[in-house]
Amino acid sequence: MGEHVIKLPDVGEGVAEAELVEWHVNVGDLVREDTVLAAVMTDKATVEIPSPVDGKVSWLGAEIGETVAVGSPLVRLEVEGEGAASEAQAGAAMADGEKEAPLADGTAEEGEDVAAPPKRPQPKAPTAKPAAGAVEAAAKPAPVTAGAPRSEGEKPIAPPAVRLRAKDAGIDLRQVPGTGPAGRITHEDIDVFVARGSRPAPAGLQRRTGEEEIKVVGLRRRIAEKMALAKSRIPHITYVEEVDVTALEELRGKLNAEKRADRAKLTFLPFLMRAMVKAIGEQPAMNSTFDDEAGIIHRHAGIHIGIAAQTPAGLMVPVARHAEARDLWDCAAEVNRLAEAARNGTATREELAGSTITITSLGALGGVVTTPVINHPEVAIIGVNKMMVRPVWDGGQFIPRKMMNLSSSFDHRVVDGWDAAVFVQRIKALLETPALIFVEG
Amino acid sequence: MKEISCKLLVIGAGPGGYVCAIRAGQLGVDTVIVEAVKAGGTCLNIGCIPSKAVIHAADEYEKLAEMAAGKNPFGITVEKQAIDLAKTVAWKDRIVGRLNTGVAGLLKKAGVKMVAGWARFRDGKTVEVETETGLQVIRAETIVIATGAKPMELPFLPFGGAVISSTEALSLKELPKKLLVIGAGYIGLELGTAYAKLGSQVTVVEALPRILPQYDAELTRPVAKRLDALGIKVLVGAKARGLTREGDALMVETSDGKDERLAFDKILVTVGRRPAMEGWGLEELDLDKDGLFIRIDDQCRTSMRGVFAIGDVTGEPMLAHRAMAQGEMVAEIVAGHRRNWDKRSIPAVCFTDPEIVMAGLSPEEAKKTGRETRIGQFPFTANGRAMTLAGEEGFVRVVARADNNVVLGIQAVGKGVSELSAAFGLAIEMGSRLEDIAGSIHAHPTQSEAFQEAALKALGHALHI
Repeated sequence: MGEHVIKLPDVGEGVAEAELVEWHVNVGDLVREDTVLAAVMTDKATVEIPSPVDGKVSWLGAEIGETVAVGSPLVRLEVEGEGAASEAQAGAAMADGEKEAPLADGTAEEGEDVAAPPKRPQPKAPTAKPAAGAVEAAAKPAPVTAGAPRSEGEKPIAPPAVRLRAKDAGIDLRQVPGTGPAGRITHEDIDVFVARGSRPAPAGLQRRTGEEEIKVVGLRRRIAEKMALAKSRIPHITYVEEVDVTALEELRGKLNAEKRADRAKLTFLPFLMRAMVKAIGEQPAMNSTFDDEAGIIHRHAGIHIGIAAQTPAGLMVPVARHAEARDLWDCAAEVNRLAEAARNGTATREELAGSTITITSLGALGGVVTTPVINHPEVAIIGVNKMMVRPVWDGGQFIPRKMMNLSSSFDHRVVDGWDAAVFVQRIKALLETPALIFVEG
Repeated sequence: MKEISCKLLVIGAGPGGYVCAIRAGQLGVDTVIVEAVKAGGTCLNIGCIPSKAVIHAADEYEKLAEMAAGKNPFGITVEKQAIDLAKTVAWKDRIVGRLNTGVAGLLKKAGVKMVAGWARFRDGKTVEVETETGLQVIRAETIVIATGAKPMELPFLPFGGAVISSTEALSLKELPKKLLVIGAGYIGLELGTAYAKLGSQVTVVEALPRILPQYDAELTRPVAKRLDALGIKVLVGAKARGLTREGDALMVETSDGKDERLAFDKILVTVGRRPAMEGWGLEELDLDKDGLFIRIDDQCRTSMRGVFAIGDVTGEPMLAHRAMAQGEMVAEIVAGHRRNWDKRSIPAVCFTDPEIVMAGLSPEEAKKTGRETRIGQFPFTANGRAMTLAGEEGFVRVVARADNNVVLGIQAVGKGVSELSAAFGLAIEMGSRLEDIAGSIHAHPTQSEAFQEAALKALGHALHI
């Protein structure tokens, strides 16, 4: 019997480790060459690890969520079909006698962390573990349901002390949901019932118990880490200003109506991007990243605007690079392309990194105000709220105007409130008189 | 005589009445209790307690008889056993006497006024009592009827002379050579067995097809076996027809339709008990009835406002501990507490040989609820302690719901299993599941282990079988 060890390959330039986000195989699975074994995630990209050979999985080297160093063993394959099969049978036979489930022999011999693999559910793996489990399950009666609703007229189950207490308190136990075994009513249930005002649970609504453990892995973990970092390191100052976009909406409508067929439809974002480019020209400090450990502000020449995008996997921030070198139509096309790539998971590492300032927009969901979290280590983020028609006093009467709020956050360590306000006011002026966006000089 | 006014008047100082009065006294309710005979009622004077004394004496005697006959496995020999029945009865009477005094003392301690005499309702609020010193009128806001029950008579075999009830059977000064027992319920079998052990030639006549008809056949089998071993002749499906003209034998129509004449010295009639409904002025009250009994609701209220009824006068099961629980509850209701009958089980014990205990639902009753059930039975033959007691007959059986394993009923038959009734009752009242019983350590070596094992068996993994 031969063994083939698959190590975590180099999954990207400068990447030393990757997080295991998914196993595509279980111990005992037969795999062919090119069968996807696992998915690992680097900074922003997810990489699938294919098998280079045919064989049978004998060991999985990490748990989901674990970080694996490049070059460390990820999977072991038994690569001699005949020998592997007989080995597995021996294992199963042993299990019958011992009621103990030896996992793949390789693990024990390796003396590595063998506790990890057995914890994973292995529904299909023909190892001894599930076999022994099945024997046990057969001997056991069907699982018992707790807290099932009582049927009509059924007496509530409660110990005498609970019954007495209920009576003294004038509580009808039939109306008290029981959370104990088999729906037994406990003293705590009475406490809850009393706290709730001794009202019976609304008909048809049942209390749910238990909890589901969801491991925070992959993108979610990255988001969590990034948010925690941003919020713990950066003292945010959030500034909200209202923008009259009536003129801009008129222009946008006109441009969209007359646009060439090969051009992307203009949304609000390209206008904002161009306005930001213009405003940054006057306040380059906003297009910075702050290395607070080194105590250095990197002021960037190129304006790389991150566009926060909701994807099925979670929040991602693809980057429109060099916005300063893109015209309105180019910005629109780039935003569309990046959003699409982020959503279908084809965005590259490069496309998901390197922003110098970020826009966050909830689109139509927008809301009135948001408190955007700065995309660390940047120093500014512009949040777009929902556009709506609002009455505006023009000095003589109320007139309907298309209004929109911008909620923007700044790193107050390096951006003073005054400068932040000036920046937003500049953007506001540009957006309210869109011609200014396009006037050079 | 001056009228007495009180908040609560209890008529009858049996287990239901005296417990009601004690509890009411504890709660500060101004309480009077009336009793015509002696405190303690049937249970203490002519029922539970004296019968257990006689049964115990008979057991002791029978052990010696077996030893004298060289029939014991322990290697013990005895020359010759003998019993002075008068002394046995005197011993029993001393126990009863102590308990009478004890109950009276408890009532006094609780501040309950005792009135000795026969009570009779004038109306729903007034009772007159014929005392030794004259007629005592008692007015009460609330009255509790706890008059109990009496042995049922057969019309063709009225009590008197050789025809006796359980009451007389507990005070026989000499042993009847031939004892006929009519009715193979628990009272007839307990006393019949005791007399057989003491040396009487006992024949039991039962109209129904088997002994202890309210218990399932599996539970009664060890008892039937033991009756046979004790030489007790059991005629099931047989009807007593009455005495012969000469009065020297009982005419019995056997199950195959033949007439048989059974000679006797005494005939013990134990065909049931009926509520004591006469002589206390029931006719003055317009109480709804439930068959022979007084109808009560779940607070033991009768159809008349301010009149409660507890104990045997309210129906089956006619058991002292049911009456006591009712009495306690009524006292608390009278004291202003919110109470109603919410007991899950009234355990029942037969002090036959071997003993039988039932708590909650039998397998048959459980099946009738329409639910899937799960039953676990563990025999005492696999219990070490039972072996060392030379009592391997019997088993413990647990009946539970199949969907959630909540225990519905527990039954046992075996030597000394009456003491297991505590665990059985507790398990059911607590709403225990099989896992609760299986997961409680039961001390080794005791017969109670069979209880745990029965639960394990129902769960599919008994250890010792």
